[in-house]
This record gives sequence, structure tokens and C-alpha cells, in this order.
Amino acid sequence: MASDLEAQETSGRDATWFERDTSPAAIESALRELLVERRHGEAGLAVPARVLNLVTIVDRQWRGEIENRLERVGRYHASRTVLIAIEDRRSTIDARATVITDDEGLSGEFSTTHEHVVVDIGTQHVEHLMTIVDPLVVTDLPTMLWAPHGHGEAIDELLPLAQVVLLDSVDDPDLEEAVMRAQELSRRAYVVDLAWLRSTPWRERVAAAFDPPRERQQLPTLASVEVRHHAESQVAGVLFLGWLSSRLGWRPGALSTRADGTMLGRARTRKGEVHLSLVPEPRQSVRGLAGLTIATANGTVLSLDRGTGGLHARRETRRGPTVEWTILGASRGEPGILGEGIRQALLRDPTYGPALDAAAAMVG
Amino acid sequence: MTVTEENPLVEGLERLPVGPTTMTIFGATGDLARRKLLPALYNLAHEGALPERFSLVGVSRSDDSDDNYRQWAREAIAQFSRRPPDPKVLDALLENVRYVSGTFDEDGTYDRLKEQLEAFDADNGATLNRLFYLSTAPMFFPVIVEHLGSHEMDTCDEADVRVVIEKPFGTTGEEARELNRRVLAVFDERQVFRIDHYLGKETVQNVLAFRFANGMFEPLWNRNYIDRVEITAAEEVGIGTRAGYYDAAGALRDLVQNHMLQLLCLLAMEPPVRFTADEVRDEKVKVLRAITPPLPDATVRAQYTEGTEGGEPVKGYLDEDGVPEDSQTETYAALRLEVDNWRWNGVPFYLRTGKHLARKVTEIAVILKPVPHLAFEEQGSLGVQPNQLILTVQPNEGVSLSLGAKIPGTRMRIRPVQMEFLYGTAFMSQSPEAYERLITDAMRGDATLFTRNDEVEAQWRIIDPVLETWAQGTPELDHYEAGSQGPESATRIMLDGDSWRAI
Repeated sequence: MASDLEAQETSGRDATWFERDTSPAAIESALRELLVERRHGEAGLAVPARVLNLVTIVDRQWRGEIENRLERVGRYHASRTVLIAIEDRRSTIDARATVITDDEGLSGEFSTTHEHVVVDIGTQHVEHLMTIVDPLVVTDLPTMLWAPHGHGEAIDELLPLAQVVLLDSVDDPDLEEAVMRAQELSRRAYVVDLAWLRSTPWRERVAAAFDPPRERQQLPTLASVEVRHHAESQVAGVLFLGWLSSRLGWRPGALSTRADGTMLGRARTRKGEVHLSLVPEPRQSVRGLAGLTIATANGTVLSLDRGTGGLHARRETRRGPTVEWTILGASRGEPGILGEGIRQALLRDPTYGPALDAAAAMVG
Repeated sequence: MTVTEENPLVEGLERLPVGPTTMTIFGATGDLARRKLLPALYNLAHEGALPERFSLVGVSRSDDSDDNYRQWAREAIAQFSRRPPDPKVLDALLENVRYVSGTFDEDGTYDRLKEQLEAFDADNGATLNRLFYLSTAPMFFPVIVEHLGSHEMDTCDEADVRVVIEKPFGTTGEEARELNRRVLAVFDERQVFRIDHYLGKETVQNVLAFRFANGMFEPLWNRNYIDRVEITAAEEVGIGTRAGYYDAAGALRDLVQNHMLQLLCLLAMEPPVRFTADEVRDEKVKVLRAITPPLPDATVRAQYTEGTEGGEPVKGYLDEDGVPEDSQTETYAALRLEVDNWRWNGVPFYLRTGKHLARKVTEIAVILKPVPHLAFEEQGSLGVQPNQLILTVQPNEGVSLSLGAKIPGTRMRIRPVQMEFLYGTAFMSQSPEAYERLITDAMRGDATLFTRNDEVEAQWRIIDPVLETWAQGTPELDHYEAGSQGPESATRIMLDGDSWRAI
């Protein structure tokens, strides 16, 4: 083993260790030493955060991009991130461990630290990935898995170690496969789906729109729902329709696709049918939903669309004037969505599973 | 579906819907609005946590235009928001902000306000809920409430009307009762939200989670195992520029009558059957009713003199700008209280608060009784000390437990060690400002974290007799050096064998 202790360095408030041809035991030992050093370092009291392990499996060539994405999630980074980078012809394990001091505490307060471990492995190591990762995660903390470049075999290998799987169903170009994969993972672990989280503000606003008792009475009378979405975010749209179906007790049928990419279908309700449509919005550049329109049988039409400073809302009724307003809220952006995904590892949303099942009925 | 059914769409959502609302801030150009309320509203807007339709009206005496008030609000938000404002969200928020100029006792002010509220309703094609936030000097609270009543703004067809009243809610029990009488002559109790921003702090709410979500502590949480409780709210700073307010209020009214008695209640209350506003507040009121007002010899009052803070010399209280040279106002107060009920009989609750103390800390220390038999008396050992459970509210929010542990070596020597949990290490989320939580709760009509009328009056029942004896000069006003642990006489109120924890 070629020890490279000279590579250990402390820059500012962070401390890093690096070693080629190393082992999980050596990495774990180095982490312990770094933590002791930072706790009593010159930068004042620094206490390791203990919230969540995030194990990320990536292609070695795209490792930097994923590291950048993780860096930009702000305060929602996991307390220990283990980034496993897989390379085809690699035979050794190289590793870098960094203890990062978070924002400086206020006067008299402590700072927290989090750990970032990067491990380069070869494809030959994947079969025994559990024995590499297990010593590197903090015992008794929840562990979340994320494999943004596929690597389903690595996820399968590590699932016994984890409670949560992070995925972005939008990554899968095949709508049906995306939904089926999320369903299959949901049976084995709690799934946090970024495609689902992108629809959170929309779900919140629709729930709020129908919350006043007078509006709530209209829920059984919904006649049509149109969801407009980023061209590659069909799955976000179908999850939204799945959510409405599962919450309102609809039985959706399969959606059919037209030549222009629009998907149409129907759901049976207690009193009749609701028309469902998913419409691609080519002008939208970011993933997720672009807008939606919900119409009731008595002629009320509620539309929500992305706008400046929040969502642009419009309500038409048969009687009375059309009203338009802005629902305030800042866009979280993709880093914010990923950060929210990490935060959701510690929560449980009981509505995703039923929404996913309803979505499966629409695409299956 | 009938209207009484729950909204099936809210299941699983972190943020519950808040009904469309127009909020009116009386005292819209004051310090609280500038530093807390407007930044809190911006942060709620940023997170998408405001009602889907939201408008704001500022009411104040100064003669100003909508545009000028918007600009003033923009600057306040830029300066005091906990996150840099997103210009698009800020613009959209300010678009629905209006300003009504006028004094609080003038009918025209309320006519113009009513007109503005109705204009917002018309713009929205619906009647919005009304939330009136009274962020003014206390003398205006009844004036505003009565004018709202006389202008028929206390109720509204098809919408909820609520009023938030800032502290202090009276400066004596009599004033509080009179204010309650005048407020409740216009509004129902369910419409009234008396704010104590301490209750909006995450760590204060965590006292309840700590007690009632962990089975290991409840068996010990009584007179059989707990020796005493110390509640400390110490500040390292002096009164700053608040001499006018502070010299009239003093430490007892400023912190003990409201915040510290609330902490005591959360620590001592019985578990509510459900976590609803009235059930939680019923239990808190029971605790307050079980407290006998302390006799003068169970109280200490003191004033800081010149001293040193962080290595720098600081003035004494009487030398502060705006403080009368013969002021008898206490900047330090300590009380020994007893909760006369089955659970707590005989357990002293020591409360202390002060300005210019050694450091800033707010904590609850629960000191357990010593073990009945000491088997480890060995030379060189610090011995077995009673366990202490410390709930720190600020700074470094957390829980620590002192335990006796063996010192490494061949002999059985014992010393206390700390088992420490810091909230900041266990949660990724940043705690929202207390005002963000409390404003949304008020808009939703959830009064759990607000003080009910009987709760306020029960607090004053304990504090009034102390104020009366202090006004008669009993006990004498003591003094302490700024930057110290407080007056030496603070130990006078302690029972034999008890001593204050170091601040």
C-alpha cells in the first residue's frame, strides 16, 4: 500500500486526507483523526453534524459534476457524504476524505462540520461494494443512496445498508420504465423522487385553492385536469395526476399518446369521469411542471402557470369576473430541489406511494 | 362530500393551507415592523408559505404615500431579512402593499382602512380574511380595538377576522384585566392572539417534545427524583437605547412575567390529551394557578453598576442615557417559586434574569436528587454529584446530561462527565424566525402558541404582589457589577444546600 501521508493538509477551516491504493479501514481511521483534529482545532469549537449518510454512486468521469451539484445544495448537505466513483479498468482504491467546517457560528456558538469522502473504485469492486461502504457510514444514522448515472447493480448491492433511495424519475427517458423502477424501489426502501418534489409547490397551491369549505365542495365535481410540463418531464406530470387521483379516489385508465406528444386519458370518479391531459411545453427550459388547468363541471376554471415572483393564478367562473393574481414564492432551482431531496430523507410523505401506483395505472 | 369533511389534498403536505388574507399592521413604521414583521412576511413569501392571496396594509401616523411606504419596507427587508431577498418575489410582495396614514384615535383612519380592505376584496373577487396586528405602544391597544369594533371591522361575512396583540399585555394585573375586558367587549377570545414570541422559538417548543416524546424522563419528572429547577435568562448586553421602555418596565415585567413563566409552565405542566390550543393552555393555566405568589424574602432585585464586559469597561445603569439618576428599576430579578400540586410539591423553582451578566444564556436546569448511598468515597475523587439535565434555549440550543463516570485508573474514583446533544448538529433545516411561525399560525387561527386571557391574568396574579412589595422598598434594591454573575444576595432566596449554576 502506497501511503501518502504528505497529502494530508489543512486549508483554512477544512482538513483533507488523501491516499492511493488504500482500504476502507484506512479511510475510516483517517476520518476519525481528522474529526478529532477539527474538534480541537484553532478555528474554535467545531462539532460534527450527525444527521444523515448520503452514499452516491457515479461514473468516475462525471464525478466532478456531481460534486459540484452536491456542493450547491447549501445547508442541506448530508452530514457524511460517501461518493463512490466507478471506473472501468481501475484495480486499486484511491480515497480522499475532507472534514468541512460549515458557516462560522455566531459569537459564543459552535460550528458544525460535515464529512465528504470520495472513493475511486473499479467495476470489479462493485460486487463487494457493501464491504467498502459499510465501514464508511456513520452507524445509527439513516443512510440514503443515490445513483444519478444508473448503476442499478450498486443500488441493489447497497440496499440492505440503506433506508432511503434518492432518484430522479425524469432521468429515465422511458416514462413507463421510470414509474416501474420507482415502484420497484418503493417496495424495498423509502423513495425520495426529485420528479415528485418538483411538483410540491403545485400540489400545495391546488390544495390551498380547494381548502376553503365552499371551494372544497367542488372537488367531487372536477371535470378535467390539464398538466403542462417540460418536454422531458412527463413523469412529473403523471405523478401530479397520480396524486390527484389517489387523493380524490379516482380510478385512472391508461393514457394514450398523440403525435404532438400530448397524452390523454380519463379517470372514473364516483359520479362520472375526469378528462386528463399531459401537454409538453417546449418553451420551458427547466425540469418539472410549467402549468396546470383544473375545470369543474359547473364552469369554474383554475389555472396556475409559472410567472415572475411566483405562480400566476387565474380563476374564471360562469358568474362573476375573471380574477388573476400572483402566488408568491421563489424558484428553488435545481440545487434547491436536490437539497430538498436530501432533507426529505428524514421525513416520510405518505402520499407519494399511492400517487405512484395511480401513475403506474396511467402508463402501464 | 360535505363541507365538514377534511380537505383530502392536504395529507402529506408540510405546509398547511392558509386562507386568503389581508394583514393590517398598526404601527407600520415602528421598530418591530421594520426588524421583525416585514422581514418575516418576506421570508414567508419567499418560501411560498403566505396565503395564495395576500395583501398588506400599513397604518401609521406619519403622512406618507403607498410608494414611500413600499420603499421603506423594501429597505427594512433588505436590511433585516434572514436571507437576501429575491427581487422578483419582493416586487410581487410589495405590489399588494398599501399605506393608510392617520392617528389611531381618529375615525377617518378606520374609514380609509375599511375602504382599502374592501378594495382588496373587490380586486380578488372574494372576501379575504382580516388579520389586524397591533404593533403599537400598549396605550393604543384598546383604542384600536374599540375603533375596529365601532367601524364594524370586528367581524366579516364569509371571512375570519383576527387580532394579534403584542406584549406587554398590561403592566399590572389590573391593567391586564381591564385590557382583556375592553378587547373581549369587541372580539371573541377565539379571535384574539396575544403574542409571546418566546413561544414561537423552536427550542422552546422542543421542551414539550423532549418531555412528551421520550418515555425515559417522565418517570423521573416529579418531586420524588427532582431536587430543584433553575431557569435562567441572562443577557450580556445592557439596555442599549431602550431606556424609556426599560426603566418603566424592569426585569420582572420584561422577562419574568411572560417568557420565564411560560418556560416554567412548559416544564411543569401535565401532558395534554391532545396538542390543541385549548388543551395545552388549560394545562399551563393549571400550573400557574398552583403557584403561590412569593414572599419578599423569596425575591431579589438588583441593578448593575459599572463593570467590564468582554474586556471593555461599561457604564452602570444609572449612567445610561435616558435613565433617571434616582431610578429604582431592577435590571436583575430572581424569584423562588413553588408549584403546589401533587407532582411538584416541595420542589423549588428558581428563576433569574438580568442585563449585563457574565454571558448570554437562556437555559432550564433540572437538578436531580443525589443517589441515596455513596459507595465510591475515595480520596482524589470529585465524587458522585447529582445528575443535572440542562435544556439550553439559546445560544447553542441543546440538551446535556451530567453523569458520574469512573476516572481511568486502578482506583474507583468518580467525576461528573457531560453527555451532550446539540440541535444544530442533528437537523439540516434552519429554524425559522419565531415571528414567521407565529404570523402563519395567527392567519390559520391556531392559537396554541399564543397566550389566552386567563393565562395572562394567572401570570399577573403571581407577579403583582412582588411588584407591590418592591414598590414599598422590600427587599432593598441590591447592586451587581456589570459582567458579573449577578448580585451576591441572589443566593439568599435559595433553600439550604442549593446554589446557582454558573452563568
